Amino acid sequence: MRRSDLGEFEEVVLLAVAVLSPKAYSVVIAEELERETNQTVSTGAVHAALQRLEQKGYLTSYLGEATAERGGRRKRLFTVTALGGRIMSEVHLVRNRMWERIIPTIRLEWS
Amino acid sequence: MNKPPRWLQKLLHWWGNPTTEEEVQGDLLELYTYWVETVGERRARWRYGLSVLKLLRPLAKRKQYYSPPFYLSPTMIRNYFKIAFRNLVRNKAYSLINIGGLAVGMAVAMLIGLWIWDELSYNKYHQHYDRIAQVMQNQTYNGVVTTQEHNPMPLGNALRRIYGTDFTYVAMSSGTFSTILSVGEKKFTKLGNYAEPEIAEMLSLKMVRGTRAGLKDPSSILLSESVAKAFFGESDPIGKLLKINDESSVKVAGVYEDFPQNSQFNEVSFLAPWDIIARATKNKDDWDSNQFRTYVQLADKADLDNVSAKIKDIKLINGRKESRLYKAQMFLHPMRNWHLYSEFENGVSIGGRIQYVWLFGIIGAFVLLLACINFMNLSTARSEKRAKEVGIRKAIGSVRAQLISQFFSESFLVVLLAFALAIGLVAVSMAGFNELAGKEIAMFWLSPYFWLVSVGFIALTGFLAGSYPALYLSSFQPIKALKGYGFQVGRFAALPRKVLVVIQFTVSVTLIIGTIIVYRQIQFAQSRPIGYSRAGLIMIQTPTPDIHEHFEAVRNELQQAGAVLEMAESHSPLTDLFLTLPDFDWRGKDPNLQASIGTIKVSHDFGKTVGWQFTQGRDFSRKFTTDSVGMVLNESAAKLMGFTNPIGELVKGGGFLNGESFKVIGVIKDMVMESPYKPVRPSVFVINKRKGNFVVLKIDPAASASEALSKTEAVFKKYNPAAPFDYKFVDQEHALKFAAEERVGKLASVLASLAIFISCLGLFGLASFMAEQRTKEIGVRKVLGASVLNLWGLLSKDFVFLVLIAFCIATPIAYYFLHNWLQKYEYRTEISWWVFALSGVGALAITLLTVSFQSIKAALVNPVKSLRSE
Repeated sequence: MRRSDLGEFEEVVLLAVAVLSPKAYSVVIAEELERETNQTVSTGAVHAALQRLEQKGYLTSYLGEATAERGGRRKRLFTVTALGGRIMSEVHLVRNRMWERIIPTIRLEWS
Repeated sequence: MNKPPRWLQKLLHWWGNPTTEEEVQGDLLELYTYWVETVGERRARWRYGLSVLKLLRPLAKRKQYYSPPFYLSPTMIRNYFKIAFRNLVRNKAYSLINIGGLAVGMAVAMLIGLWIWDELSYNKYHQHYDRIAQVMQNQTYNGVVTTQEHNPMPLGNALRRIYGTDFTYVAMSSGTFSTILSVGEKKFTKLGNYAEPEIAEMLSLKMVRGTRAGLKDPSSILLSESVAKAFFGESDPIGKLLKINDESSVKVAGVYEDFPQNSQFNEVSFLAPWDIIARATKNKDDWDSNQFRTYVQLADKADLDNVSAKIKDIKLINGRKESRLYKAQMFLHPMRNWHLYSEFENGVSIGGRIQYVWLFGIIGAFVLLLACINFMNLSTARSEKRAKEVGIRKAIGSVRAQLISQFFSESFLVVLLAFALAIGLVAVSMAGFNELAGKEIAMFWLSPYFWLVSVGFIALTGFLAGSYPALYLSSFQPIKALKGYGFQVGRFAALPRKVLVVIQFTVSVTLIIGTIIVYRQIQFAQSRPIGYSRAGLIMIQTPTPDIHEHFEAVRNELQQAGAVLEMAESHSPLTDLFLTLPDFDWRGKDPNLQASIGTIKVSHDFGKTVGWQFTQGRDFSRKFTTDSVGMVLNESAAKLMGFTNPIGELVKGGGFLNGESFKVIGVIKDMVMESPYKPVRPSVFVINKRKGNFVVLKIDPAASASEALSKTEAVFKKYNPAAPFDYKFVDQEHALKFAAEERVGKLASVLASLAIFISCLGLFGLASFMAEQRTKEIGVRKVLGASVLNLWGLLSKDFVFLVLIAFCIATPIAYYFLHNWLQKYEYRTEISWWVFALSGVGALAITLLTVSFQSIKAALVNPVKSLRSE
């Protein structure tokens, strides 16, 4: 895995897109992340992350329908690309493998 | 639906990233509605603004991998301020001198700034102020061009008819004068204008009730809010009837908000219809009697200079031959120049109040400079103490930039504290300042403009005050500084400090000299012989004919009651000249001489009342019936006419005296009626056959003024119940003529004392450092037998020397400026040498006093103490 290619924040944003697909766009992603992490997340940060992810080819986007709520402006909807999906599962696998190698006694000492 | 501020959306449109604009705008809008629901509109707007700010391009740029130099990191900056604060607290006395001096300087600068702002914003209340102008007239007499604002009545219509496309509005007006307004029993004398209805639109009256068009009805009047309140209280005044001068009845058509104090029309408390004036004027088409004012508003595309050139000859073309003799030329004087540029010499504007704006601006800047100099001097003087600190800091690795930041932080902290103090000082002294300057300036705490200027002000002052110590102290070489002589390389180390002290005292001494000269000039004009006796003289304006009709009865009753000694009627008030006439003629007159001669029509007892003094001939007398065509000249008139023995000469009256012949019966000493700074105008007195505008009364010195006044009021009320009893003491009116100069004098003296105070504050601090620096030396000298006097001389002589240099520089500067200022006045005082001597000695005395405190203190210290340490 090329770790440097996917930051921690980018990773959760990528995950959120996957979770919310096909209705994933900046505002709901920020909301989702806030709900999950209990921390304030600015749309600006999400925006930047989405753009970076798209540049790296993990996400694609298209402009969705316009709504009155948005003053007649369209939203940019994101979906995970095949590459994105593979990176996600790779990260997942790496994490799982390492989790499984933690010796149970050590795990007990945490508490 | 709720919308976020439009300008923020625009901002995003202009400065945001164009490729993602649509989605970003959409996102923000969506969030905005969500925020409005959850946290309320105010906070939603706030959040929206913040988000937009973060998305703006220069701010939202991807972060470059740039780290600020460490000496500007937040931690270091916090550290600088911490150290600065500790330094301030440790040296309480110096901090006090620094902050106090700077605060006073800043407060002065702020007050002067407000004053200048007020002066510059004069007339801006009127919406079209940059398109309004007044038609003025230049006339040439004996090659000298005089400028006046009065115009003939037909001018207004002619301008409309011939140049209609160049003007949006043209309005003739009477000028502002006092009039009796009455509603039933309520009567007030108020100042107001009679004007054509266009004036209401032109001045953009802010109507409280009714409309601006109300004045179009020739029997209606517009009242200011305060007058309407005085008459009608809270009830609706529209349509109510009002009487003007007890004759014309008009109805109230509208109420407008009072004009602010910084408008040329601030005194106008009502606008009455032009019709009243037009009816009373006999020759409506007379192009040669100048009585009215003309205001115009230029059309949008018209250029002032062009139009001014176009209308130049309108009076020459329409007027009689006489107006060609004195070459009447009209021109436009724009409203934006009325207040500051209304002095004309030879038909050309030569400034006016703008000179005071410059003067005070410069003085304010200097006072602030003095305060900054103090700060610099004290900081550099303290370098001995701080040299070690600088040396150690450098030795353990501080870079110069770090030290510079350190010293700048200190100066900013001081400036910030001084600013806070200055704001307090301004708030406290605002009322007094307004009184002194005759203004109604309010502090604009809420104006963002004020804060913007203040931030700039703080930054500038902090920079100015901090630059020298920051650059100078940080330049020490660590080895030298630690060895203890880094701060005294060569003989000239203290030179910049000395130069600054010299600058300070140059400014102070100049201001002192200036103040003395201004006061001398006022004194000089005040003590000028006025040619009549002012004591107990009062004037009463009589717009209605009642008093004139019962003149003898009123006079007898007042004399019997013991209220007044004598009473007379006059056409002009004693403190002004209402009428000057051209075209007088007499035997032996130079045919090329064009003279405009003051003409005062008076009743028989005028001379007795005012106590004028005859140099030749006699007063008017009822015994001689021929005195109805008799004439009394003043000395200037006799001189102008070139009579060696004027009594019995015949003088043909000009203007609307219509060439009638008068026989000179007496010559009086010049009476100062107009400006006390100008030569007295050649004037003649003749007997008035009709009603005069004023009644002049000489109060019986046996009666007290209040007693006499109440008796007079009773008699006046009896014969003229319509008019309110408004009287003016002649001496008070005369004193008013010095108001402008006195104001300048007072402001200058306040500023001068503040300047000298700030300078001395600096000197005090400086002297204490000098003494401290030389503690050891003083100790040794004392041990070897120096007396206290010796030591005092040793420490004081440096400063005395500096003040003497400052005095030598200040003298020519002050002389130059004051000489120029005095040229403005034809009747002026001389600049005598003792004024300079006095200022020099005064400055020297104050310096010695300030320095002595420190030097004597140093000299009295027991040498055992000062020599034992280390």
